[in-house]
Amino acid sequence: MSVLVYTENWDGKFKKLSFELISYATGVAKMLNTTVTAVSIGNVDDAELIKLGSYGAGKIISVKNDLLNTFDSQAYTKVIAEISTYENASVIIIANNNTGKAIAPRLSVRLKAGIGSGVSRLPLELNPFTVYKRTFSGNAYAHLVIRSDVRILTLAQNSYDLSETENRAVIVNQEVTVDSSMSKTVIKDVQKQTGKLVLTDADIVVSGGRGMKSADNWAPMVELASLLGGATACSRPVSDEGWRPHEEHTGQTGKIIAPNLYIAVGISGATQHLAGISSSRYIVAINSDKDAPIFEAAQYGIIGDAFKVLPKLVDAVKELKK
Amino acid sequence: MKILVCISNVPDTTTKIKFGQGNTSIDTSGIQWVINPWDELSLTRALELKDDANAGVTSVTVIHVGTAGSEPTIRKALAIGADEAIRVNAESHDAWFVASQISEVVKKENFDIIMCGIESSDYNGSSVGGMISEFLGIPSVSAVSGIKIENGQPVMTREIDGGKEIVTAPVPLVAIVQKGIAKEPRIAAMRGIMMARSKPVKLIEPLEIEPLTQVTVFEKPSPRAACKYIDADNPALLINLLQNEAKVL
Repeated sequence: MSVLVYTENWDGKFKKLSFELISYATGVAKMLNTTVTAVSIGNVDDAELIKLGSYGAGKIISVKNDLLNTFDSQAYTKVIAEISTYENASVIIIANNNTGKAIAPRLSVRLKAGIGSGVSRLPLELNPFTVYKRTFSGNAYAHLVIRSDVRILTLAQNSYDLSETENRAVIVNQEVTVDSSMSKTVIKDVQKQTGKLVLTDADIVVSGGRGMKSADNWAPMVELASLLGGATACSRPVSDEGWRPHEEHTGQTGKIIAPNLYIAVGISGATQHLAGISSSRYIVAINSDKDAPIFEAAQYGIIGDAFKVLPKLVDAVKELKK
Repeated sequence: MKILVCISNVPDTTTKIKFGQGNTSIDTSGIQWVINPWDELSLTRALELKDDANAGVTSVTVIHVGTAGSEPTIRKALAIGADEAIRVNAESHDAWFVASQISEVVKKENFDIIMCGIESSDYNGSSVGGMISEFLGIPSVSAVSGIKIENGQPVMTREIDGGKEIVTAPVPLVAIVQKGIAKEPRIAAMRGIMMARSKPVKLIEPLEIEPLTQVTVFEKPSPRAACKYIDADNPALLINLLQNEAKVL
């Protein structure tokens, strides 16, 4: 029996998210009195792979196969399922991101394993196996009993603290047989923004709403985000109006983020918006309407005109960074 | 080409969720039920493809696993423009149960593209689409924010971290759809509402499937501390608090 973690890589590198998954898996493994095995698919070198050991992975299985260079959920699922069976995994942990959402349900069918998606705490109980998960877009949490022998948990991003431990990991290079007809997805084109901080990875997010009034007023937001080493985001009306690209839309139907700090400027805080940001550690609201619901979600608030507050805020951050 | 759109019946996203029966279930009194937002966008895009003569889409069917109580949501989908509907007559216990039922139907009736929202706004499971594709052993493309049909082949935009990919896969396939697939959900016109009344809703009795998961208790999210207000003339104090009290800078 073991706890298996699928650790995605981005151009051969792991991210904080990967280490959160391993830290979480280590917590689960302690409860089950077992060990953590990480599975990596793709060209990741040993110096990078071994980093997973610092968070508790005992065994790191590395699969390198050119036929797996294109992400195809069917092919990836087959590889992970085979390793999982071989390793006798009783719990499989995957990120609750786009890749995780593509793989977890397929694995569920292959292994007849129930899914607890978007878990944010260690299992509440082992008998019956009960997890704590987000429902109703953050308006409620559920205790979910998973009755199958193998369970798949997808971990909500930034919900579990990293915990480092002594690195005793071994790396195992695993050959897999991949039939070239197995991977059916064909990539025709890739459009990547390079050098830009990915919104879901940002620790600090500066976000604007309708109160920003037009696309032309975003300069101080961008400056504030850049001074803080963060990313910019926006509410739905802003992306619908085309003031900002739709990749920046945070909210129920947009991106769901959980940064350490979310600064909401000119955002009233509709339920649908809060659904995308309510797991942020700290929320700061800047709004001219003292009754805006965003203040109920925020720990710090400034009631005032965003266009007057922002320059002062930028100056204060510059002062801090001196 | 035939498109199947899977729809979920969920509380309107502005609903204040209340629990009943000792917090073991959702109190449904006063809830306004709607088509899950991502499914509504999928349906909109499917209908746009049908309207485009070059795409070669001959029909758009919606499928739903639910009891008679969800009929109004199915009728709404028909009013928006779906040609026909299928309802598997059962409580939708969990994703495993729902995906098993839908897969059974798809095995008997051939569809080329099966569209599913990336998640439902009630249980946020993000599972049904992927499960259907694995039950059927067909490709799936997840996080699809755009779909076109070129020479009888779906061409999809897949969102990845920090960008997007343009991908294709052979039909039949499952497209797991997110925001961006259609600009605004299509709204039913009066004519559509009238026509929906006479459109067929095929009723199918469920297979006996044991769910794998079950919610035992609901909880409200832990309340946040009350907001601390800072004078608008003194944002420097905010920075100070974020640095020294919250310790996030």
